[in-house]
Amino acid sequence: MTDAAEPMIRAVDLRKSFVSKQGTVEAVKGISVEVRRGESFGFLGPNGAGKSSTMRMVAAVSPITSGELRILGMDPAKDGPGIRARIGVCPQEDTLDTELNVADNLYVYGRYFGLPRADVRTRVEELLEFVQLTEKAKAKVEDLSGGMKRRLTIARSLINRPDMLLLDEPTTGLDPQARHVVWDRLFRLKQQGVTIVLTTHYMDEAEQLCDRLVVMDKGLIVAEGSPLELIRAWSTREVAELRFGVGEHEALAAKVADLAERVEVLPDRLLLYTSDGEETLAKVHERGLAPAVSLVRRSTLEDVFLRLTGRTLVD
Amino acid sequence: MATTDTATGTTPSSAPRSPLAGAVRMADYWATVYRRTWKGSVISSFVTPLLYIVAMGVFLGGFIQDDPAKLEGATSYLAFVAPGMLAAQAMTVVFGEVTYPVMSMIKWQRTFYGMIASPLNIADVVLAHLGFVLFRVGTVCAVFTLVMAPFGVFESWWGVLLSFPVQLLIGLAFAAPLYAITAAMRSESGFSLIFRLGMIPLFLFSGAFFPISNLGPVMEWLARLTPLWHGVDLTRMLVLGTVDWSTAAIHVVYLVTCAVVGYLLAVRTLEKRLID
Repeated sequence: MTDAAEPMIRAVDLRKSFVSKQGTVEAVKGISVEVRRGESFGFLGPNGAGKSSTMRMVAAVSPITSGELRILGMDPAKDGPGIRARIGVCPQEDTLDTELNVADNLYVYGRYFGLPRADVRTRVEELLEFVQLTEKAKAKVEDLSGGMKRRLTIARSLINRPDMLLLDEPTTGLDPQARHVVWDRLFRLKQQGVTIVLTTHYMDEAEQLCDRLVVMDKGLIVAEGSPLELIRAWSTREVAELRFGVGEHEALAAKVADLAERVEVLPDRLLLYTSDGEETLAKVHERGLAPAVSLVRRSTLEDVFLRLTGRTLVD
Repeated sequence: MATTDTATGTTPSSAPRSPLAGAVRMADYWATVYRRTWKGSVISSFVTPLLYIVAMGVFLGGFIQDDPAKLEGATSYLAFVAPGMLAAQAMTVVFGEVTYPVMSMIKWQRTFYGMIASPLNIADVVLAHLGFVLFRVGTVCAVFTLVMAPFGVFESWWGVLLSFPVQLLIGLAFAAPLYAITAAMRSESGFSLIFRLGMIPLFLFSGAFFPISNLGPVMEWLARLTPLWHGVDLTRMLVLGTVDWSTAAIHVVYLVTCAVVGYLLAVRTLEKRLID
């Protein structure tokens, strides 16, 4: 067993490259992270940042290229099955068996972990209730909505009462309502003290669920901290967003540059980083500028990412 | 609901100690799959082979009166073709089980990825799947043998009993290498070639329907290289009670080699493909 001081994940200068006919692609270029027991930890970054490659190494299904990796104190190269016995994995793409019904999918999966039949049956009932699929127990998987399939996959990843739950892009492809149901379930797990590690390219997901996160870009960690710490360190309290006519933003940026700590020019709007958005907005109007649309909001992790990389998260 | 505590009376999850122990954990999976899908395979598995035997063995075979020496010791064409059909059927079941279903597990439904995210390894999953294929071969061949028994085509009861594990061995000798081939395929378009240029010629020309000596020296030599001929010859000598033990031993070694090499290749190919 792991002693309490041992982190759930410890990665030191972890790297991953893939060799193909086109050459070698370095997906993870040396990252160091530590995830502690009971923590909700996130990897935030755009597609191609190396999040999924990292996740697959942590899940002990993809060998590391170099560096050091310990999961629950164990070496995935030596003790992959032992690690996988004690973690839960919710992959980005569903890998449910559509020939089996909802309850069977959970039951057979529980058996892979060497759990006795009676224990698995009880567990299946508990989990169906937890993910609100009790009524669908006998339904075919192919008849489920995307959100239900996701919840079923989450239930499946909990079948072995894992010490740590890994979720790769848990709500990608779901409609807003289905996302909120998934978030609600994950939040409950978090409150129960389950260690959760997730990847996401949604800043709102990271803000809702993560105690601590790393921002990844192009295979590297560019910042680390709690959502609030990151926003404090890399952005201002508020943001005034101004939308002018198409193509006018670049030219207008110079006219408002002195009104904010920092101005970002996006193709469709200007972002003015400031401690008091309303006041800044008033000054913009005083200068005789009339944006078609304007709004004031709090800074988010999206702003942090923009500041760190010069790009938006979802493009 | 407690999600993480290992409550009293619950066995903690663990890694399997061997591929066999891992494969046993998948027994409930394959049992559930079979419960959901057996109806779809009843006709092809149990009825079609009997239609063949009635058409070829009884009605066509009625025209064939030949010296038992030329029929490898069989007293009638029906007695000659029945063991050939049995072995060929063992092979046919395998081709159905280890092509599209395997492709589905690794490419379409991707259930293989889900399985190896658990403590199971690829070797465990392949072994379990081969175990299920053996179950399918076993049930089909058992039913076939039981139905043929009243026709009086079996000369040796112990030979018939021994022919049952031989059918399982024929199944493995095909299933394991074919698993490796499917594991390496990127799309299903190759399957039609495997069926038309692999399974059907094997089915027709491996001595199931006529003695391979009829093929002429070159073709006969080729036929002797095919795993199905080894299976057919072994099955036939057992049920007709004409066993030559040294030849039988060669057949067994040949088929076991196919099975073992095929299994190792299948596991290796999948490890390359699924673990990157």
